Amino acid sequence: MKTFVALFAVARELVGTETIEVELPEVATVADLRVALATTTPALAEVARRAAIAVDTEYASDTTVIKQDSKLAIIPPVSGG
Amino acid sequence: MIQLTHNAIDSDQLVEAARNPQAGAVVLFLGTTREFTAGRQTTALEYEAYQAMARRELARLEAAARERWSLVYCAIVHRLGHVPLTETSVAIVVSAAHRSEAFAAGSWLIDSLKESVPIWKREQWADGSSAWIHPQPEVVPGGTSSPREVKPATPVRQVPASIQRSDHLKQ
Repeated sequence: MKTFVALFAVARELVGTETIEVELPEVATVADLRVALATTTPALAEVARRAAIAVDTEYASDTTVIKQDSKLAIIPPVSGG
Repeated sequence: MIQLTHNAIDSDQLVEAARNPQAGAVVLFLGTTREFTAGRQTTALEYEAYQAMARRELARLEAAARERWSLVYCAIVHRLGHVPLTETSVAIVVSAAHRSEAFAAGSWLIDSLKESVPIWKREQWADGSSAWIHPQPEVVPGGTSSPREVKPATPVRQVPASIQRSDHLKQ
C-alpha cells in the first residue's frame, strides 16, 4: 500500500521535502516502515532507525499496525521550550 | 488552555487570566531566547512543530497536571517561527490554592513539554550558521524513543550542554 510520511526539522532538511511516499506491505507495522524508509530514502536511514514514529498523532511502538489512511510522521528528538 | 502561536506571547494577559478568588498562588514560567550556550553565541531561535500532534500532547499534559494537582488555572502557550533574543518561546501559567501545588505543576509541565511535545528549535548562530537541536534520545531496544513512557514522578533527565548542540544526524 502507498503511504505518506510527514517529515520535520532535521528529517525534513535531509530529504528536502515535507512529505515522502513510502510503499509498505498490505499488512504493515512501524517496524516495517523503519525498514522501508531506510531502504528507499538512504538519507533518512539513521533518523529512521533512531527517531520516534507517530501514527495518527500518537507516539507509536514498533508493533503498531499501519493502515492505508494512517497519518504517519517521523519525530526526531524534540527540543521545544 | 493550550495554544500554538506565531505571534509574541502576552504573558501579562495570561497572568491576569490566572487570578481567581480560589487561588492564593499564581506561578508564571517563561522560556526565553538566551544569547550564549556553552560559549557559543545565538542571534535567534526558530521553532517548528507538528502542530496537530503538539496540540494533542499539550492537551494531554494539561489534563495530567490537572489530575495530579488541584489547579484553578492552567495555560501552556508555545510560540513558533522566529523568536529573537530575550523574547518568549514558551509560557506556562498555573494558579492554585497554595504555592506548593502551583510551583510543582509549573515545573512538571515545562519538564514534560521538553520531553514529549513535537516541537523543534533551530539555533541561528552569530557566525551565520544554524542547526536543529536534537537532544540525544535514550537508546531503547526496537528503536522506539521514550517520551510517552515518562511518568509524572520521573526525575528530569539532564542533558549536558555539550550534546544539546548535537548535529549527529546531519550528514
